[in-house]
Amino acid sequence: MIGLTLLVRRELGLALRGGTDAVMAVVFFVLAAVLFPFGVGADPAMLPRIGGGIIWVVALLAAMLSLERMFSADYEDGSLDLLYLSPVGLGTLALAKALSHWMTTGVLLLIAAPILALLYNLPVSALGALFLSMLLGTPILSLVGGIGAALTLGARRGGVLLALLILPLYIPVLIFGAGAIDGAVAGRPIAPQLMVLGGFLLAALALAPWATAAALRQAIE
Amino acid sequence: MQGLTTHKLSCIRGDRAVFAGLDLEVKPGRALLLTGANGSGKSSLMRVLAGLLPAAAGHIEWEGADISEDPDAHRARVAYIGHADPLKPSMTATENLRFWARLYGLDPAIEPALYQFSIEHLADVPTRYFSAGQKRRLNLARLAAGQNSPAGPTLWLLDEPATGLDPGAVSMLANTILAHLSNEGIAIISTHGGRLDELIADHADHFTLQTTGSGVAG
Repeated sequence: MIGLTLLVRRELGLALRGGTDAVMAVVFFVLAAVLFPFGVGADPAMLPRIGGGIIWVVALLAAMLSLERMFSADYEDGSLDLLYLSPVGLGTLALAKALSHWMTTGVLLLIAAPILALLYNLPVSALGALFLSMLLGTPILSLVGGIGAALTLGARRGGVLLALLILPLYIPVLIFGAGAIDGAVAGRPIAPQLMVLGGFLLAALALAPWATAAALRQAIE
Repeated sequence: MQGLTTHKLSCIRGDRAVFAGLDLEVKPGRALLLTGANGSGKSSLMRVLAGLLPAAAGHIEWEGADISEDPDAHRARVAYIGHADPLKPSMTATENLRFWARLYGLDPAIEPALYQFSIEHLADVPTRYFSAGQKRRLNLARLAAGQNSPAGPTLWLLDEPATGLDPGAVSMLANTILAHLSNEGIAIISTHGGRLDELIADHADHFTLQTTGSGVAG
């Protein structure tokens, strides 16, 4: 637990001091979502119907922007070797990295999402679904993204490879995340979608650090 | 007095046998100076000894026990200095050292460690402003921080540690290594010769890795 706290504090400190990744992710999130109405039209009746899906698509693309850097700096400067040799273990490192990624990206997306909800004319009744679906869904993006970041460590064109590996794994999150918002807009119950997202989150918490650690071990060796 | 021994140790990277059948022995209080041409496998051997790379064959013993029986205990006894300096540019020297010391459960006595490598005046400076030599000094100060801690590592694996150091810093490194050896520690140091080898020669044995994958002691 001490190791996890130390690692998260270090990651947050580094993100606060030097990282523009988090800001870039949020700016991308807002800008990309703003672009869609220019392309598909700004019909006030249509926007709430497509808003949930668009917000989720741009959220997962924004979350991906900084994934490539999750382990690469530690890999390049030799820190990863020392982290592996430390008593903390790679599983804890993977969890700490995912948690830090979520705190510096997912939380910011969560904060920015209501602005986009206004832009897409989502009813107030859908704001809760938007918030809850992103609260449950964005940590999954960080946890599953960590696996891809570790698998593509040291690979040439790792960013493209990362997208190809991870985007298919994001599809269930997208379906149930956007489904919860659509359900709220249509006045349907959203509990099933949120429960599925909660299940995904628990599964990702249990499995993703372990899978990421295995991929990191491969990269170190 | 068993220290570290390897038995028929082999390493394969890709399809290439980097080294094979290596038998090494390093007693407590001694250093092993590992020499060899580029590509002879010095760094790979260091990584195998650290547990960062699996051996393709053979095994490593510490105090007579196979390290694979308790890899966590082996990792706890290792201090590893690789080619890169694991420092974060936006963190100060103190913050970098403190992070590693705490992560390894060591007493973060930072000031003496910085003093040992004459970089105490840079304690609060972000390492992005450090020269290559200063970064190396700070990396080596990790050794000193561990040395000042009761639970410090006993097996030092130093992969060309004097790279980028001026003669004064090499002397500081030699003093740090000699202090470690005087505490019955072990140091395995890959080197291309030079002042460091001379300064610790009385406490060191030699081993040369051949590019053919074998090794010669002495």
